[in-house]
Formats: sequence, structure tokens, C-alpha cells
Amino acid sequence: MGFHSLEQICGLCREQKKSFYQVILEDDMKERDVTQEASHRKMNQMWQAMQEAAREYDPRLKSASGLSGSDGGLAAAYYASKDSLCGSFMGEVVTTAIQMAESNACMRRIVAAPTAGSCGVLPAVLIPCRKRFGLSDRQICEALYVAAGLGQVIASRAFIAGATGGCQAEIGSASAMAAGALAYLRGGGAEAICDACAIALKALMGLVCDPVAGLVEVPCVKRNVIGAVNAMTAADQALAGIHSFIPADQVIDAMREVGEKMDASLRETGLGGLAATPKGQTVRL
Amino acid sequence: MNIFEILGPVMVGPSSSHTAGAVRIGNITRKILGETPVWAEILLHGSFAATGSGHGTDRALLAGLLGMEPDDGRIPRSEEEARAAGLAWKFIPGQLRDAHPNTAVLTVRAADGRTVKVQASSLGGGRIMVNQIDGIRVDFTGEKPTLIVQNEDKPGVLAAITYALSAQDVNIATLQLYRNQKGGYAFTIAETDSDISEEVLSQLREMKGVLQVIRIASEEEG
Repeated sequence: MGFHSLEQICGLCREQKKSFYQVILEDDMKERDVTQEASHRKMNQMWQAMQEAAREYDPRLKSASGLSGSDGGLAAAYYASKDSLCGSFMGEVVTTAIQMAESNACMRRIVAAPTAGSCGVLPAVLIPCRKRFGLSDRQICEALYVAAGLGQVIASRAFIAGATGGCQAEIGSASAMAAGALAYLRGGGAEAICDACAIALKALMGLVCDPVAGLVEVPCVKRNVIGAVNAMTAADQALAGIHSFIPADQVIDAMREVGEKMDASLRETGLGGLAATPKGQTVRL
Repeated sequence: MNIFEILGPVMVGPSSSHTAGAVRIGNITRKILGETPVWAEILLHGSFAATGSGHGTDRALLAGLLGMEPDDGRIPRSEEEARAAGLAWKFIPGQLRDAHPNTAVLTVRAADGRTVKVQASSLGGGRIMVNQIDGIRVDFTGEKPTLIVQNEDKPGVLAAITYALSAQDVNIATLQLYRNQKGGYAFTIAETDSDISEEVLSQLREMKGVLQVIRIASEEEG
């Protein structure tokens, strides 16, 4: 019933000669007492909902506070017409992340992954990769099991809410989950998945949760971008054979320790960091 | 946490605690009343009061009272939907003692004049906890099928409940008893592993001392 360590998952992969995806799938079947088909059907619903949310982005929308909206349209136009620094593929990642996070701020339907505030990270890497590498829905769903399994261990050993662990727990966790999913999709085994997860989480460790006026908008929308881009570079490092010196479980434990030491003003209270800047203070509801 | 608490829920943004959780609080209040209310007075406490309007907490609570689920695309315009459905409402900011930061107290009235007062908290990730019904402390999430029996605080009610459930082969997962005072009113709350049949409900409603029987079906799991 859920895993408490990535080492435990990797051990099962080795002993039973199963993929990371299979181990998580079988655990879900046991945990929720469902068939493989029922489990996959539900995962596919999540994936379809992510794609639908991306398709339905409306650049004319503004959030209730007026802080979010329309940047997704600017990004799309820029990457389509200019010789951008990141290129068209990474441009699509950036654009999807902004659009999904803006949709969330504007009360559209999204998939919390692991939270609503970090909902842009996974779709931002999966949707462009599906197109570029010609992946099937089935393959993407398998990768989502990998992501969910990583998230489960992070939630069990540390936290996935900004209010308890800062933004590292939300965007950091989403990024680590996405990095593992990407490593899996590009042929990485359990070890590469854990390395990708560890590298992504380390890169965002310490990130505080300092939303202006306490709203999931500034800086949350743009932090979805760094979560997605960081997942891509972390997965590429792991696939190149680069290892994380600190094992993934210990990275998660360190993230917990950092989160616990974080001052309350930096944990989704809207009191510190960017929220406390003069400009941030001008936003009142 | 199962993997669909990590990936999911599918929900209308922007916040799983302030929006999705708020929809669930409204929805479970409606289930406790047994129908869509015609009047609702909603007290918002803590972070719900401070950042609720920017997170759509008000619209989310109304949407739930209308029977919507957290993924319903109509949540942003639930105020219009409420007016169309004949639901009038009022929000008041408030201070509760010893309450979770994301807490709401909903006093709702049905068309026939019955009222119920529900205090519930949004715990994060869209998960909720009902803390009080009509001022009596309770603790349940609504994640499992739930049977709520309000009765006079007399011997025999609990035995009747467990007998009725076991006769239908329904396994009780958790069981809680609360009362306002000895010999006063009591709530018995059973969370079960499978759905509770209409037969159990009518059997319990006929019992002497039973004032009210409420069944809350678990949310549909795909």
C-alpha cells in the first residue's frame, strides 16, 4: 500500500525483473482493489484531461485578481515567429507550462499533479514529447505511473504541499516526477528514473512558497516553466549516464529537512519573499 | 496516499484546498441536508476568509451546494446557477476557535424549512473533513460510503445499526459515536467498505429514538 522508499521500488524491479511502471501499476491494483484495465482506464482519464486542458487554453482569459492571463498567447506567438534562444521544442514546453498554469489561475479545469499550483509541469513535458517522439497514449500513461510512484514516495517521506514544505515541495516534486517520467519514456531503467528524480529535486531544493496576496498566480505560473525545463535537463543528464551522488531517497529526506527549517512566512502564507516586496504588497483583494 | 491522490484530481483551479476542497464541502453539506438548499449562510474562517475570493472559494462552495463536483466547468459561474436554482446566500467572515485555517460553517435551509449547520475543513489536496453537524462534533471525510444516524442518546441504537449493516453484508471500516450530553442527542457515524442499501436506511428510520438517517455515497471512482 504505497511505497516509502525508491530503494524499495528499485529492489522489486531487480528481484522480479519488472519495470518501474509495472511495480507501481501492480501496487495500485492491490491498494485500490482494481483490475489492470480499471487502473489504466483511470490513468488514461487523467492524461486525456491534461490534453483537453491544454487544448482549451484561452489567451483572452484573466484571473479574478487580474494578475494572470494572456502570457501563454505571447509565448506561443514568440516561439512561432522568432528565432528563440530555446528553439521550437523547448519553446513548446515553456508555452504549455505557462498556458496550463494560467488556465488554473483562471478557474479552468486542470489535473492536479501533484497540486493545482504545479499542474503545468507534467503536461508541459509530456505533450511536446508525445508529438516529437511519436509516443502512444499507452506509453504516456505508463510514464504517468512512474511519475505518480515517485510523487507517492516524496509525499510519504517529505511533503507535496507549499504550505508544509515550500515551493520545492510543489514545483520541485512535480519536476522530479516529470524528470522520472521522461527518463522512462526515453528508455531509462529504474536507476536512471531515480537519478533523474534526484537531479531535478536537488536543482529546486530550497525554493520557497511566497505567492503575492496568497494567490496561486505570482510567481507560481512562471515557476511551472522552470519545473518543466528542469525536468528535461535532469532527465537528459540521467539518460547520459550521469548519476546523482546523493541517492534519491536521501535527497527527498534533505528536502524535508529544508522545508521544516523554512520560516512560516515562506510557506504559502503570503507574508514573505515576493509577497512581502513593495510591489507585491500593492496587490490587495 | 494512492497514486490518484498524487496525480489528480481533475479539478477546476486554482487551488486544491481553496477551490476543489471547497466544492466538496458544499457538496457534502447538500448531501447531509438531503437536497439543494434554498438558503445558505456561509461563514468563512482563516485562510478561507483571507484569500477565498481570489481562489474562488465562495463560488466553489455555492457550486457544491448545487451538487457540482470539483471538475464541473460551471463552477466559475455558480452564482448565476444558484440564482437560477432558487438558492439565496450570504457570506460572512468569521473567527472560530481551534479550527483548521481552511474552515467553513454552512447553515443551510431546505424548501420545507428544515435547517442543518455543517462545519467542515479543507485539509489539502482536495481532501476534506466534516467537523461538526448542528454543533455536535463529528469527524468524517465522505471518501467512503458513510451512514450518519442522529438519535436520542439511549441504549440499543448502535446494536441496531451494526445488525442492519451486517445483515446486508456491509463491512464497517470505522465507527464513531458523539453526543452533546448524556441522555441528549447523539450521532453515530459508520464509514463502510461497500455501498449502504435503501433497506438499511428504512429499517433504521423505523426504529424508536432514531431522529434522522443520512447516507452519503462515496464519490464515483473510475
